[in-house]
Amino acid sequence: MPPALAFDHVSMAFPGVKALDEVSFDVCAGSIHALMGENGAGKSTLLKILSGAYPPSGGSLAIDGQPRAFRDTAEALTAGIAVIYQELHLVPEMSVAENLFLGHLPQTFGIVNRRALAEAARQQLELIGEDINPQTKVGQLSLGQRQMVEIAKALTRGARIIAFDEPTSSLSDREVRRLFTIIRELRTRGCAVLYVSHRMEEIFELCDRITILRDGRHVATGRLPSRDTGVPPLDSSLPLTRDAVVQRMVGRTLADIYNYTPRASRGFEGTALAAGPTRTADDNREGVPTSGSSTHEPPPTRDDRALVVDGLCGPGLAEPCSFTVAAGEIFGFFGLIGAGRSELLKLLFGAVPKTSGGITFSGRELTITSPRHAIAAGIVLCPEDRKKEGIVPVRSVLENINLSARRRTARAGLFIHEAWEQTNARERTAQLRVKTPSVHQLIRNLSGGNQQKVILARWLSEKVNVILLDEPTRGIDVGAKSEIYTIMQDLARSGVCVIVVSSELPEILGVSDRIAVMRQGKIAAILDRAEATEEKLLKLALPLETGRAS
Amino acid sequence: MATAASSAPRKPIAEFFDQAGMLVVLAILFIGCSVFVENFLSWRNMQGLALAVSMTGMVACTMLFCLAAGDFDLSIGSVVACAGVLAAVVMNKTESITLGVAAGLGIGALVGVANGYVVAKLRINALITTLATMQIVRGFGFIISDGKAVGIGVEDFFSLGSSALFGVPTPVWITAVCFAIFGFILNRTVFGRDTLAVGGNSEASHLAGIAVDRVKIIIFTAQGVMAAFAGIVLASRITSGQPNTSQGFELEVISACVLGGVSLTGGVGSMAFVIAGVLIMGIVQNAMNLLNVATFYQYVARGLILLAAVLFDRWKRRKQCGTRGI
Repeated sequence: MPPALAFDHVSMAFPGVKALDEVSFDVCAGSIHALMGENGAGKSTLLKILSGAYPPSGGSLAIDGQPRAFRDTAEALTAGIAVIYQELHLVPEMSVAENLFLGHLPQTFGIVNRRALAEAARQQLELIGEDINPQTKVGQLSLGQRQMVEIAKALTRGARIIAFDEPTSSLSDREVRRLFTIIRELRTRGCAVLYVSHRMEEIFELCDRITILRDGRHVATGRLPSRDTGVPPLDSSLPLTRDAVVQRMVGRTLADIYNYTPRASRGFEGTALAAGPTRTADDNREGVPTSGSSTHEPPPTRDDRALVVDGLCGPGLAEPCSFTVAAGEIFGFFGLIGAGRSELLKLLFGAVPKTSGGITFSGRELTITSPRHAIAAGIVLCPEDRKKEGIVPVRSVLENINLSARRRTARAGLFIHEAWEQTNARERTAQLRVKTPSVHQLIRNLSGGNQQKVILARWLSEKVNVILLDEPTRGIDVGAKSEIYTIMQDLARSGVCVIVVSSELPEILGVSDRIAVMRQGKIAAILDRAEATEEKLLKLALPLETGRAS
Repeated sequence: MATAASSAPRKPIAEFFDQAGMLVVLAILFIGCSVFVENFLSWRNMQGLALAVSMTGMVACTMLFCLAAGDFDLSIGSVVACAGVLAAVVMNKTESITLGVAAGLGIGALVGVANGYVVAKLRINALITTLATMQIVRGFGFIISDGKAVGIGVEDFFSLGSSALFGVPTPVWITAVCFAIFGFILNRTVFGRDTLAVGGNSEASHLAGIAVDRVKIIIFTAQGVMAAFAGIVLASRITSGQPNTSQGFELEVISACVLGGVSLTGGVGSMAFVIAGVLIMGIVQNAMNLLNVATFYQYVARGLILLAAVLFDRWKRRKQCGTRGI
């Protein structure tokens, strides 16, 4: 039987870049096939070709052994292909039912048959076992539910080849479990699933086979040691181990991608741990008022270059938050989505006005009412949503790097210091190894990892005392991740207070000296690196009343 | 040259064309009109052409900033009329040119600040805000003039619009200076770069410490003052304040900017191209007048040219970033 989908020497050339170079591999019906590679390896391009958005500049696709060339996305849809992107393609103002049948609504003479529509939608949603009212507006659904609607939409169109592009990047743990159940269900039904993700855990949990791309070239296709598929292995080759996958992706072995090195200068060794008992979840379960939560905090440290946050209140926080970060410390914030971590960083940075609470650095009280003040005080933020809050997509790498520092370096505070900006952009891109043809390249043409490095470069151009990193490695490949961890460690070693927010447990455990767990708008506990484990963090992060574990 | 171009197959030419875009179109248009349109290249016609585009050119300078910051301003046509009328009324009452000009510029600044404040601080969409002020200010112009043209009695004032230096009319000099100043501000000052950043992504700019609201208010204020100034120059040229004048002027200015490759979504724009846009519009109009094309047909032609320019730009951009179909 021919494979459901075969890529045959597919190439794609953009001006100046060969995005794909003769990539060939097969995806079989009834299997979940992982596609991995660093950013810029060509995964997205491959999906675009599959979806019919780009015609390949060389090679061809075959579906069930039949060579196909799609002229547009409509042809790919008709051929049974659905690509589910990170940014979902649903109309928020329309109902679930209308979205499911968008483009082919049941109709008589152009008038939509509402009853037939509702009925058909209900059937489709039942098929994937999702309990959503088809009349709900998509805009009112959670991200996870929208993903389910997107899958149901693909199925209503009779898709048999379904590709997912980073589907879990903004889902909660529970929603991820739900999604996996449905993807496995798709496999049972004989769909060919192509699954793109950076998350190694997911790939090893879910997928049967894997194809690895690097720099647009096919590096390896192999079997994964899947656990409970019940599907006989498709080939007899040895399954790839995690290390082998990483090694093939980056072309080298990464012993410890977090590059964690204990730093002697940590102001908290001894004092913090001896003085303040770690707050546990149980403290809060008793409903102890924590307005004076500074009692749980370590006493003033010997380190005078510390950031002290005392009773910070504002939108998104349920209780005043207090903590201290020493110079040279990496302080992690873990929690579920919506626990208030990003909000806390925004309050610290002055992007959202705080209602009360004090921020002290080096013993000096800071008045921060806008990001501008924060930057002047040496507090900088790498925001969570790179595209929306970080980069200015239509401007060059150079301009994005100098966006903030130019206020300081301009002559008479008004006129751009061109030479300085050029030098700074060149030096920073070299220092952080930003992959770009030139500093005049538009930043939107860079991969996610390189965009993140540009934002870091923006802040390294300033005098930084405290750096706030909100999900700094989201959607970034392993190689770039490792580089960003190194930058974090270097910053800490040079005496910067590093505060990092992450939803990835291994990451937060890997990089942090101490970890604060946030739950429902408050700090539930602060743990030291030595005592923090995945189980502890998760337990602390889960909401109290329900305690629904995944 | 020819051998170099043929040995390196077409690439330098294509690149030049990509970079220069509208400038090439302008050059071709100018040469074409010089050859085929009688009297086009005469000194007298050149003067007339320059004078005709001077007003659009002045206001296009600030409109470029407005568009680059991701907003736009529809109230400028009304400000032109109202400032002219107010200047005329004040001048007639006080016999003072200074007071008249100050009153005209003052009303422009006032409208600009109001636009900027509502857009930046109260976060009302610029289209709606300036659509409202457009009508308010037009109405105000009618009220102070009682709906009639206000003839100006201070004759010294007319030299602003009708004098000339080295044979070039004063308004043309003013426009040229504006092009130079605003071009410099856009490219070489923090304010100019901040403007483009705000238009490219206002949230990211805010988080990079740019005072987004202040940038927007300053831009709208400058836009109001500039439109008022254009209105005063116009009043000087026609020796009266006309409450009816410059209806649809805002769209003419925006068209010229768009023709000059300024993105309506913000973040992209350059002065050289805006000048090209302004001149292309002016030359087309001028050539049609010389060829005795009826006014009704001129509207059709101008619309078609704008559409063609935008399609050309889209095509060029798509070619640049591969087949990325955005």
